[in-house]
Amino acid sequence: MKRIFISFLIFFAGSLFIQTKGISYSSNPESFISEVIEEAKVILSSSSSSDEKASKLSEIALKTVDVKGLAYYTLGKKRKEITPEELKKYESLFEKYFLKSFTSRLTDYSDPKINVLSSDVVNEKYTIVKTMLLKTDKRPEVKIDWRVYTKDPNNPLIRDLIIEGLSLARTQKEEFASVLNTNNNDINALFSTLERFIEK
Amino acid sequence: MLKRFKIFTAITVLTMVFLTNTNADEKYTANECFEKFSRGTLKFNQALDKAIFKPIAKGYRVLPQPIRTGTNNFVSNLRSLLSFSNNVLQGDLRSAGNTAGRFAINTTVGILGVFDPASKMGFEKKSREDFGQTLGVWGADTGCYFVLPILGPTTTRDAVGLIGNVFVDPVYHLTHNSETDIVVGNENLSEHNYYYYRGTDAVDFRSKNIESFESLEENSIDFYASLKSLYLQNRQQRILNSPISNKDSNDSDWEEIDNQ
Repeated sequence: MKRIFISFLIFFAGSLFIQTKGISYSSNPESFISEVIEEAKVILSSSSSSDEKASKLSEIALKTVDVKGLAYYTLGKKRKEITPEELKKYESLFEKYFLKSFTSRLTDYSDPKINVLSSDVVNEKYTIVKTMLLKTDKRPEVKIDWRVYTKDPNNPLIRDLIIEGLSLARTQKEEFASVLNTNNNDINALFSTLERFIEK
Repeated sequence: MLKRFKIFTAITVLTMVFLTNTNADEKYTANECFEKFSRGTLKFNQALDKAIFKPIAKGYRVLPQPIRTGTNNFVSNLRSLLSFSNNVLQGDLRSAGNTAGRFAINTTVGILGVFDPASKMGFEKKSREDFGQTLGVWGADTGCYFVLPILGPTTTRDAVGLIGNVFVDPVYHLTHNSETDIVVGNENLSEHNYYYYRGTDAVDFRSKNIESFESLEENSIDFYASLKSLYLQNRQQRILNSPISNKDSNDSDWEEIDNQ
């Protein structure tokens, strides 16, 4: 009876762990990006509906992207001026905004062919993984660099995508700053703009 | 010809005087010149694009791939002459040699530039250069940012560069100079040829970016600001001839977050 109980406990704990952690990724940045790309490719080339694809891609993003860090970076210096409650609200809105924006951009590619080319270790905290989105009839080949945060070497996280030399994180940051600038630096205006985008 | 040279020199000197700043950080950033006007102009450009340029680009994309590739090669080969002038003005003689080699091979072996045998022979296809970049290399600051009707985003420096391009673009001189007593100029080439070539180049560019423009419009919370950011980043990396990712330009911002 005790054995059965222990076996059940182990099975239950194991299931819980798998559900929480999901697939574990390689700690090597280049392999990590290869795995993320492969996982996304399977979803994008499947016959699932757009909503299902978006939901599965969101799961991957939450596991592999430093969404909280990106949220803080994107808000710039403003994050020091707002209250903890406002910051909490911002983090929640940003996550929804990011996932919608991220999945919407990706679902445009039904069968992307991306080759991982090489990687550059910038310092102990960052590695740039260089990839190439192969050309199709509709568009030329596109260089995509993945800025991987490696402070915790066992758990690399994506912090930026640099497409043909243009940083998405920096673009987002400047976009948010512009919304604040044109609205007297009012954080509520940014919240409203994000809410409108999420509900769109 | 001498008069043109004097105008060109005056524009360049004035740009260097008014746009040279000792603060290196300001070299690649830009304040707004007149934001309200620029936002209005961008809306006008978007409407014009939707009505005219995008449909033309979509039509162009229906053409078979080899025709589009040949067209792109042909206009890129002509455009490389402007890059060559700017390679020389920037003192980048290595790139100038590469550009000249590519032009010579592609114009002859590549049948007037329709094919690109130079790439297969080791002459790497490099990014385009213009006079705005040259001013940047010489140390001119960006100036302020604004949006021009039809031509799109620009800065004070790049707007001066647009005028400067006319003076240093051999294709412009070949098509706009019918005088017979000068070195460049060909009475058989009319001015129209220059605008056909520039128009084709623009359509080719637009056709390659239909989806990315749509995605940007769809996923921006402030399209004007996104476009401005992308434009300035693109100009920065073109002036530096190096991708931003290798320069760690954002590390200080991230550093602060890591230490919180």
